[in-house]
Amino acid sequence: MNPQAIIDGLIAGSTIGLGAIGLTLTYSILRFANFTHGDFLAWGAYLTLTVAGVLGGLAAGLGAPVYPFSFGWGLPLAVLGGVALTVALTLGLDRILFRKLRARGADTIIIVMASFGASMALRSLLEFIFTAKPVYFTNALQIAKPLGLGMRATPDQLMVIGLTALMVLGLHLLVTHSATGRAMRAVSENPGLAGVYGVDVAKVVRVTWIIGAGMACIAGVMAGLLVQIRPYMGFDLLLPLFAAAILGGIGSIPGAMLGGLIIGLSEAFAVQIIGAEWRAAISFVILVIVLMLRPQGLFGRKEA
Amino acid sequence: MTDPSHPSILEARGITKSFGGFCVVNDVSLSLSASEILGVIGPNGAGKSTLFNLLAGALPIDSGSIRLAGTDLTRARPEARIQLGLGRTFQIPRPFPRMTVLENVMTAAQNQRGESLFSALATASLVARQERANAVRARDILDFVSLSHLEDQPAAVLSGGQRKLLELARVLMAEPRVILLDEPAAGVNPALLDLIIDRIVAINKLGIAVLLIEHNMEMIGRLCPRVMVMAAGKVLAEGTPAEVTKRADVIDVYLEGMPA
Repeated sequence: MNPQAIIDGLIAGSTIGLGAIGLTLTYSILRFANFTHGDFLAWGAYLTLTVAGVLGGLAAGLGAPVYPFSFGWGLPLAVLGGVALTVALTLGLDRILFRKLRARGADTIIIVMASFGASMALRSLLEFIFTAKPVYFTNALQIAKPLGLGMRATPDQLMVIGLTALMVLGLHLLVTHSATGRAMRAVSENPGLAGVYGVDVAKVVRVTWIIGAGMACIAGVMAGLLVQIRPYMGFDLLLPLFAAAILGGIGSIPGAMLGGLIIGLSEAFAVQIIGAEWRAAISFVILVIVLMLRPQGLFGRKEA
Repeated sequence: MTDPSHPSILEARGITKSFGGFCVVNDVSLSLSASEILGVIGPNGAGKSTLFNLLAGALPIDSGSIRLAGTDLTRARPEARIQLGLGRTFQIPRPFPRMTVLENVMTAAQNQRGESLFSALATASLVARQERANAVRARDILDFVSLSHLEDQPAAVLSGGQRKLLELARVLMAEPRVILLDEPAAGVNPALLDLIIDRIVAINKLGIAVLLIEHNMEMIGRLCPRVMVMAAGKVLAEGTPAEVTKRADVIDVYLEGMPA
């Protein structure tokens, strides 16, 4: 067996983990499975690409690759713009769709179905605007460098793993050690009670969208940087995202990240052992096993 | 009736609430002065808890008005009411079970700048200072209700009586001017009962008015100079505990609920 699967799995797992964090937060605070989350990744990637294009037009030097990476300063700058636009997109969607349903006291299943519809609309819109043809952040070629033990990785890939670790640590600290995080946990345990003690639930909902959208955009950019950008990229990630969030335990940020890494590694090893055509089935198999054996997930707690 | 030298802090006028044609709270008025502990007694189903839910904003009222220190709260949301100083506890304690005891208390601090992501990032040092001050105050309050030794435990591990104390601590953290206490003694062992009574007296001495629903008449006798008796959604009688418990109509409504 080729140890390279470990690196491949960690890289795919980083993207899945970041996406799953947003999903798990939305699930625990807004209490619905948000099917549009995958499309937030795709939109994040396309919006960032658009901003990068605009920046490149303004200052051509921004596109020149910065050694050892395959991209120039324009990309990190564009990510900031992409994150802001993705946040605007999710807050806008919440305002015109989800908030209205919440205010009406709609059943969870109605909200889930609405998110399913919104997901299709967002995906079709991407295809309409950008066409189904894959696009790339960069055409620069990168040589994977040996890391020892038979593993290789490109500088881009190592940066993705490092950046993911930093963001997850930062977010974990925010949720466990700040007033923002305390309010989020209070709302996730009992929104009505949190309101009674003066927590502004609407604000917590906004913060949740902002964090989820930001992470989704960055995960989308990572996926785009390492593979390619396609309108269906988010939809294809949806099952791994749900599997990771449920495996980790709904509401747990470290759990979602660990779940993402486990899914990523399992996929990478499955490709080697049973063949690449089974890759997509792995998330499904893991999801079913978790739901049967430990439905609360690794870090989840049984409902009190 | 309110003593003119003690202006009323909480004033409710003609509060009425019906559920599907059944009037649960019928034209109830009350006035609570800042230094007062007013007891609310009455048989089960008299509308006491519904009255609390109406005052705290958990349910909208059909008619009537609620004023806190002159501010009209009749249509205010629950989070606005606690911000203005009207806090409540629940008959069956409702902790955030997975959060620690300290976090449970800190959640109730008002005007937390750190709850906004933007100010948490933009004014980090100010937020950190407020957070530290809130933690100090929350620990003082936990000390006050004798729960300090449990501050790092998840609230789920607390006993029934300790949960009652946590309810008290959490509402104090919000710096209320009026606390609505819904049966703080129900299901509490006698040793803890003395502590709870003692703490309610201490809270009241700080200038916080207390509206107290309670079935335990010993507790009412020890805490409340004045009680209001509710029956079938209406105020039946008002006076000292000794006065009202002698009244024939009050005895009647209590006996009605008893098996013959």
